[in-house]
Amino acid sequence: MDPVLDNLDLYWSGFLRSLGICLWGLVGSLALGTLIAAFRVSPIPSLRWFGTAWVTVIRNCPLTVVLFFFAFGFPELGINRSYYVFGVSALIVYTSPFVCEALRSGINAVSAGQAEAARAIGLTFTQSLGQVVLPQAFRTSIPPLGSVLIAMFKNAAVVGAFGVGQDLFSVGKGLANAQGYDALPVLTGVAVFYLLITLPAGAILALLERKVAIVR
Amino acid sequence: MSRPENVLYDEPGPRARRRALVGTVVAGLLLLGVIGLAVRKLAQEGQFDMELWGPLIDPGNESFRDVWRLLGRGLQATLISAVLAIVLSLVVGTLLGTLRLRLGRWSRMPVVGVIELLRGLPVVITIFFVWQVLPETPINVGPLPGEDGLWYLVIGLTLYNSVIIAEIIRAGVLSLPRGQGEAARAVGMTEGQVMSTVLLPQAFRTMLPALISQLVVVLKDTSLAAVLGLYLETLRRANLIAQNLDNPIQVLTVVGLMFIVINYALSRLAVWTERRVSRSGFRPEAAEAEVTAGA
Repeated sequence: MDPVLDNLDLYWSGFLRSLGICLWGLVGSLALGTLIAAFRVSPIPSLRWFGTAWVTVIRNCPLTVVLFFFAFGFPELGINRSYYVFGVSALIVYTSPFVCEALRSGINAVSAGQAEAARAIGLTFTQSLGQVVLPQAFRTSIPPLGSVLIAMFKNAAVVGAFGVGQDLFSVGKGLANAQGYDALPVLTGVAVFYLLITLPAGAILALLERKVAIVR
Repeated sequence: MSRPENVLYDEPGPRARRRALVGTVVAGLLLLGVIGLAVRKLAQEGQFDMELWGPLIDPGNESFRDVWRLLGRGLQATLISAVLAIVLSLVVGTLLGTLRLRLGRWSRMPVVGVIELLRGLPVVITIFFVWQVLPETPINVGPLPGEDGLWYLVIGLTLYNSVIIAEIIRAGVLSLPRGQGEAARAVGMTEGQVMSTVLLPQAFRTMLPALISQLVVVLKDTSLAAVLGLYLETLRRANLIAQNLDNPIQVLTVVGLMFIVINYALSRLAVWTERRVSRSGFRPEAAEAEVTAGA
């Protein structure tokens, strides 16, 4: 495992870079996904229509196409940013419909009787939403949301492979191709560092699931 | 009272309906405004010019035939790699899934380890790994038919998707009522027969929608080859076309639409099969609940 041990500092900075992409993606896709979910369940038809269109179009498009759109399409319109910004934006846009659908499935899982009971005991609209429906919806959507986020962490590698630079993938590629190390140990190192992101994330989510799970 | 369509709010009264109408108009205008701005920007930059769109939509254009011939070949390459990957994943996944079910607690540890490892790795890394490492091993994909890079992509996709399918199959078998396996054993079938003639066929049927959805994932993941520059599938060909004609927005729009249409059709198919499977009267969960309730 010499190639890995010799370049541990490179791997470490690559790991931090990849982690950075993941965290930006996490914050951004949760925010955008929640907004789209709010659109999709709102009482206003035009917003619902927009939310549905957004989800249908982006969910069926590969991440790579979204990525290419950002990276090669936007410069044609005179919008130039670094690959890092484009890559993270593409990741956020691509993940948002999945976050939206996870949240929406949580809301749909709350039985109508809950809201009816809340109204029957005289809670106002905001009270029934904030104290009865949404807390249950949020807890129910944790498991699907968790798998969406883990998939997003893995998709961060695609953003790296695309040429953001200095992330785990680029480090591995550079060591294997340019510096002539054997590919097997180098890429095993990359894999191990990636597992350092995905496996703890999975464990944390499993813990969270157990903590907030509701038995119906 | 009829069941409300949405748990979030009641049947609207006259005031709520008025407010919803106002909201609809305001939101609609805002959305139209945003779309209008985007269209204006595109028009300003000349993105609607026939010079850019012509090769894609005007049959009279000199490049039209070449562009569509290349896109057609790309689509063919995408479909070939996706179908190969899903078929191989199905075979390997079924083996892995049944192996995990059949082995004892300690002997299945390596299988569980492999499954967790491959599931935790980004598929793009798996594909790159296969592409870089396989040539250093005695395994040679050279004699296999197909274009450059096809088999590296297919093997990479298979490694990832077979463990996903193994989990789908395992969940399917575990969701069957226990009586199915017990009855099969009681009439004297061997463990292999129980699995292959009683449990797996039923698991496949209930898991069919999930398997079709996985095909959508595979189809999307074939385009990872374009990022790696490994195999000439749709997106990579599209990228080359866009570089030649200098019209990335137009080409990517067309390619995106191709993916959306195919994947949307597949997801509808998954929903349709799901409805058919559950309508045919056999619901494993329901059967399971009955068994536990009876016991």
